[in-house]
Amino acid sequence: MKNFTDIIKSKFRDGFGEKKSIKEMLLNNAIYLIIGAIIIYIIAMEPTFLSLSVMKNILTQSSVRLILALGVGGIIILQGTDLSLGRNVGFSAIITASFLQSFSYGARFYATLPDWVWNTNSLGEVIGFQWFFYIIVLLIAMTVSATFSAINGLVVAHFKVHPFLATLGGSVALYGILLLYFNTSAAGPQPIGSLDPTYSSFVGIWNVFGMEIPLLVVYSVLITVLMWFVWNKTTFGKNMFAVGGNPEAAKISGVNVIRTTVLVYIVAGLLYGLGGYLEAARVGSANSAFGLNYELDAIAACVVGGISFSGGIGKISGAIAGVLMFTVITYGMVYLGIDAYYQYIIKGVIIVAAVALDTRKYIKKT
Amino acid sequence: MKNEYLLQIKNLSKSFSGVKVLNNVEISVKQGTIHALMGENGAGKSTLMKCLFGIYKQDEGEFYLNGEQFNFTDPKHALENGVSMVHQELNQVLQRTVVDNVWLGRYPTKGLFVDEKKMLEDTIELFKKIKVDIDPTQKLAELSVSQRQMVEIVKAVSYDAKIIVLDEPTSSLTQNEVDKLFEIMRTLKSQGIGLIYISHKMEEIFEISDCVSILRDGNYIGTEITKDVTMDHIIKMMVGRDLKNRFPHKKHTLGEIVFEVKNLTTIYEPKVLDVSFNLRKGEIFGLSGLVGSRRTELVETIFGARSKESGELILNGKPIKNDNTIQAIKNGFALITEERRVTGIYPVADITFNSTIANIRSYKGVTGLLDNKKMEIDTAIQIEKMSIKTPSQKEVIRSLSGGNQQKVIIGRWLLLNPDILLMDEPTRGIDVGAKYEIYQLMLDLVSQGKSIIMVSSEMPELLGITDRIGVMSNGRLAGIVDTKATNQEELFKMATKHL
Repeated sequence: MKNFTDIIKSKFRDGFGEKKSIKEMLLNNAIYLIIGAIIIYIIAMEPTFLSLSVMKNILTQSSVRLILALGVGGIIILQGTDLSLGRNVGFSAIITASFLQSFSYGARFYATLPDWVWNTNSLGEVIGFQWFFYIIVLLIAMTVSATFSAINGLVVAHFKVHPFLATLGGSVALYGILLLYFNTSAAGPQPIGSLDPTYSSFVGIWNVFGMEIPLLVVYSVLITVLMWFVWNKTTFGKNMFAVGGNPEAAKISGVNVIRTTVLVYIVAGLLYGLGGYLEAARVGSANSAFGLNYELDAIAACVVGGISFSGGIGKISGAIAGVLMFTVITYGMVYLGIDAYYQYIIKGVIIVAAVALDTRKYIKKT
Repeated sequence: MKNEYLLQIKNLSKSFSGVKVLNNVEISVKQGTIHALMGENGAGKSTLMKCLFGIYKQDEGEFYLNGEQFNFTDPKHALENGVSMVHQELNQVLQRTVVDNVWLGRYPTKGLFVDEKKMLEDTIELFKKIKVDIDPTQKLAELSVSQRQMVEIVKAVSYDAKIIVLDEPTSSLTQNEVDKLFEIMRTLKSQGIGLIYISHKMEEIFEISDCVSILRDGNYIGTEITKDVTMDHIIKMMVGRDLKNRFPHKKHTLGEIVFEVKNLTTIYEPKVLDVSFNLRKGEIFGLSGLVGSRRTELVETIFGARSKESGELILNGKPIKNDNTIQAIKNGFALITEERRVTGIYPVADITFNSTIANIRSYKGVTGLLDNKKMEIDTAIQIEKMSIKTPSQKEVIRSLSGGNQQKVIIGRWLLLNPDILLMDEPTRGIDVGAKYEIYQLMLDLVSQGKSIIMVSSEMPELLGITDRIGVMSNGRLAGIVDTKATNQEELFKMATKHL
């Protein structure tokens, strides 16, 4: 039986063995160090940054992004990527908003909805939607989104189209479908606003034991826990990592590579659908440009959090860290009043640096 | 009736585009024995195994498992029937743990979730059974090659393997690791498993195997009880063939020394260690050795494609650096790579492009734009000189035969007018007739005063056209011999010197 010090030694052998390894370790964690330094700088410049209300804002802003990152994260683990994420979220948001507008609003997307969706009081006046209609709309949004994502997955897995191109094409085509739907509005193509107050309250505040917890944070925590189990404790999750790490080995061992790939895309699609549903409520309206470039934030967060484009590597905790760090920096820069143009430059550099530092781990020296 | 043999291969033949690579091969493996399979590089061992595992379909012949005829459709099918293979190049998911790799594709579940506890316990049980000592929760990337091999063996055992094929498992192991592997092999043997052991290493064959089957040029030569034969006898069986007129006549003369390599050592794995030799004007210097003996790494290092740790390169009496390939080309070197399809040709481009690409700068006209006419003239000259068979120079190179592709690549480098040509397996995958033409071309080049360093795994061709042969063994130069005064047996013995 190994004694404790042996185990500790073996665990840290690679980290503290020799001088060279310390340098290695610093380089391997360089992106965290850089981001840590930026955060310390923000706090030093503006100590009020360390307040409860700022934290709450950061967590709220991180919530939907985390749900989306967990979806696209699985695809990245498969050595893929998903450029259709934003349009997918946008379409879900538009579908959701189109159904869940206030009864009292004159220019609704659907001028008439069947009677059974409405909840009435004893006087026969409409006071909102039936409770189950909120769920039906959520299911519609998620189904539509999962279907599009499944098509992407099939194109990637079955026709061997590179995920970049498959999802690029998918994204463009989806935008067309989204516009067609948007233009069917009874009120004409205009932003879909005046959302139902109950629906809007889904992303409000939860008062529990005198604490005000943003509901979005609750949802993202629940989804994160669920996804942690999916990634780490199910056959599907383990197959996902195997296919991403070495598709050939997975195939030889009898893993259905095509099925696993399509499933990963479907799971991502379900999360995009949920993301769109929540995001429309948070924003309070939806238009045809909704969700544009959301994929960039989600993918960037995954990469910064160590979900590697080389496949087979990534953790839920990495996605959380990536999303939080990205939001902290974005929010911090706004907090310091840094010009938005500079913010873009800094974010761009962080993304490329994260990938460069990640890639250097896998370069074979000759 | 219980059959005496676990696995029988009968009358197996296989041809690729008319060339017979396996001819009437017979192998029978008994329960609880270690059956060695030997043969030179290209003798047909891997093709035989690929037929067994259903990757290739044999033209003739049958496989019997416990007396029942079978044909596997793919490696997975074989695995499920208790026949598994530990490849030289391990195919594993390095990012995942030992446990995950062993049970990949058939994770036990409990309700919705994978039963991690059962997986771990079963793995530990298996490890105990064949006496392997590895932490099953480690990631494979953290393990050594030998440990990863053991994981692969454990995986095979977990499928209730009756036959395990080990393809050159010791080629990258240290002596201690080899001993450990042999211990495990003996344990497996005592549990009634039949092992097929493919190896080049004579000492190991004698240490571990019960019997040994030998292939040569795709022919089955025979099976011997290991303890009843000598090493010399096995080598004779492996290489004993006659050399007919497969090589053009040599008439070139050697000049002074043009190039010297002194104590060359590289930084990164796989390492070249302390190699020294020289090259004369008009000489063909052969590099022999087993697969993995780092001949390719040596020529790549000379060409500046790998980082040197120490050592000197001296060209015409002056030290040169060759720190990168651009310098090497400026210094008059050319490298014709081993993997023609990967690092040689631009498959979908035409012959003109493929011929002129390495020398493209010299086709710039006064305007700074490329001069197509000049490129076409030069390409036409090369096609003529090398007798490249093609309908036109606008043909896509992918559509040419291997031999003609190789000529285009050689022609490409000749347009740069190099003094020293490094040729890595220049005749691999080329039919016999085209080989002769390549040899002729090489001899023409040296008679024009160029020098060639030629890596080859085919001993007959080294003996046929080189002037001297250096033998690499495990990254070191085991020795240099005069081609006229050596034979295959000697080369073979030298190749195993540093193993």
